[in-house]
Amino acid sequence: MPVEPVFETRIDRLTILDEHGRFDEELGAGLIPDEDVVALYRHMVICRHLDEIAFKLQRSGRMGTYPENRGQEATSLGAAYALQKKDWLVTCYRENAGLFWRGLPMELVLLHWMGDERGNEIPEGLNVTPLAIPIGTQMLHATGLGWASKYRGDDGIACTFFGDGATSEGDFHEAMNFAANLDLPVIFFCQNNSWAISVPTRIQCSAPTIAQRGLAYGMDCIQVDGNDIFAVVKAVRDAAERARTNQRPTFIEAVTYRLGDHTTADDARRYRDDEELEMWKLRDPMIRLRGWLDARGLWDDSKQASLQEEAEAHIAAAVQRASDIEALPPTEFFKNMYKTMPPNLQQQMSTMRTSSLGRNPETADQSAVS
Amino acid sequence: MAREIEFREALREAMSEEMRIDPRVFLMGEEVADYHGAYKVSKGMLEEFGPRRIIDTPISESGFAGLGIGATMLGLRPIVEFMSWSFSLVAADQIMNNAPKILYMSGGQFGCPIVFRGNDGAGGQLGSTHSWCVESLYANVPGLKMIIPSDPYDAKGLLKSAIRDDNPVFCLESERLLSIKGDVPEEEYVIPIGEAVVRRAGTDCTLVGFGRTVYFCEEAAEELAKEGIECEILDMRSIRPLDLDAIVASVRKTNYCVVVDQSWSFASVGSEVAAEVHKACFDDLDNHVHRVHNDDVPAPYSHELEQEMLPHARKICEAVRAATYNA
Repeated sequence: MPVEPVFETRIDRLTILDEHGRFDEELGAGLIPDEDVVALYRHMVICRHLDEIAFKLQRSGRMGTYPENRGQEATSLGAAYALQKKDWLVTCYRENAGLFWRGLPMELVLLHWMGDERGNEIPEGLNVTPLAIPIGTQMLHATGLGWASKYRGDDGIACTFFGDGATSEGDFHEAMNFAANLDLPVIFFCQNNSWAISVPTRIQCSAPTIAQRGLAYGMDCIQVDGNDIFAVVKAVRDAAERARTNQRPTFIEAVTYRLGDHTTADDARRYRDDEELEMWKLRDPMIRLRGWLDARGLWDDSKQASLQEEAEAHIAAAVQRASDIEALPPTEFFKNMYKTMPPNLQQQMSTMRTSSLGRNPETADQSAVS
Repeated sequence: MAREIEFREALREAMSEEMRIDPRVFLMGEEVADYHGAYKVSKGMLEEFGPRRIIDTPISESGFAGLGIGATMLGLRPIVEFMSWSFSLVAADQIMNNAPKILYMSGGQFGCPIVFRGNDGAGGQLGSTHSWCVESLYANVPGLKMIIPSDPYDAKGLLKSAIRDDNPVFCLESERLLSIKGDVPEEEYVIPIGEAVVRRAGTDCTLVGFGRTVYFCEEAAEELAKEGIECEILDMRSIRPLDLDAIVASVRKTNYCVVVDQSWSFASVGSEVAAEVHKACFDDLDNHVHRVHNDDVPAPYSHELEQEMLPHARKICEAVRAATYNA
């Protein structure tokens, strides 16, 4: 018997605006209206400024930990732009640009990283899930949201974001398998930023692309230049179309780069080449987009200068709003443990003691909870 | 009108009745549809509710646990069956680190009304990795509720409450009890989560158990009655929240307490109950609280050895005699 190939494929890489400023007119013309490109660029500049301010807040002791988003703005922003408001953004923790585009108030994100969990009180109807800090667990929730959308018969999509490192987690594989087997409207959006904290991608995945991991689950998959917002928008639109019309999931690998440290608790200089960093700085998604706008007469230095001033005022106001919120009394942390507070928590709250130190239940002061 | 049905039928009736009145409820797990569940708990449910609501999954516990949690965010109310709670360990992050914390971490926006249920406990000669008693492990986590019914009546009433609850509820079912029969009314009823019940009245020593250990307690109480020691048996039914008041009321009457827990003793449900009883009944106790647990070994595969490691009646009798100074 001859040996015959039973499966052949390839992985495509999509770029529309490359790092040298070359623009694929065929794919890119009319993809995003000019005024929207301007709005997206303005948004990136403001988000970048927030990143710089948050870093300084952390260094000056006003913020616990902060994961810089610098260099990755085009990925979540492009996705949020391409999706509809009814679609879910199921994020991890480096998607500020997309979350703010959706409408999440900046002070909530600042508040969260300042160590106040009221920052997670996401306004109703934004269709955004809480930050997911354990790696990869949120992908299954996206699969569940996709499942629920299908069950309810609405045509919402769940788009989940994660890094290259998360594709080594079991939850990633289980989420992908479920979404493909059950025909769910889910977009798996991998931000391959080359580093899982200090571990380079090549140590996590020996295949030439992360995108091809989707093939194993019978899923459409594509690699895009993640610093090219045009390519991201097109890839996500195509995936959304596939999800809405055919209930099929898509895996997108967006190749980008983390220009900052993993978080403020990390120092990437200890493990990363300056040369690599300098090369990626030239591929910054904002530089590329600015060049595109300049070439079309849509932007100039004076607009940039006034935008910079606007960004500074905007972020300063957000920081002020976050700082103005009064600290929580300790009794508040019992509030959201159960929909209705059970007696043992009421007792802990009223005595402000753990059960092992608590007073006799019969004599404990219950008046505080009545 | 009461009729006798099996424990597994009681569980099935609870799920089916709730699914008939609430279209948001669905059942998901390994083999729950075509094969009717590994222990036939979901027999006939695929036929009644169809594949949209009774879903066979890949062997992927973290996958369907996480999927269920995600589905709650859009208002659905999943019942997730673990073929065995032993297999839930590979889904630990989803069930311990996500489900019980979603409400807290979302500032109260997303509750997580989900039921995780399945087989728990040793005794079926299933080997050490398939015989977990997860109650002590999981009961440590705030934000979840836990029920362990011991008979068909409670199984139905408690599971119905669990499905209606707005929080994650872990329902632990002993494989050894699935075939036992008991009276269950045809009429609608629920049993509130968090209420213990006295199974046998007695004056000399309180036996606190839950799930299968209630039967070990009954066997021991019969034996001890012959010696003139009358035990009161308290079936906890709910582990979280814990009905401490009921336990305290009984101990104040008998002045002695033995806790019987089918999990390992270290940092366990039994040790928690003992600590709380010591605190609340310090002046009422005539001896310290005694505890009977599984021996500190994995469940042996050998039938004889496995039976011996359980908190069985002989061990309970010995503990009661020691506690009441009748040794």
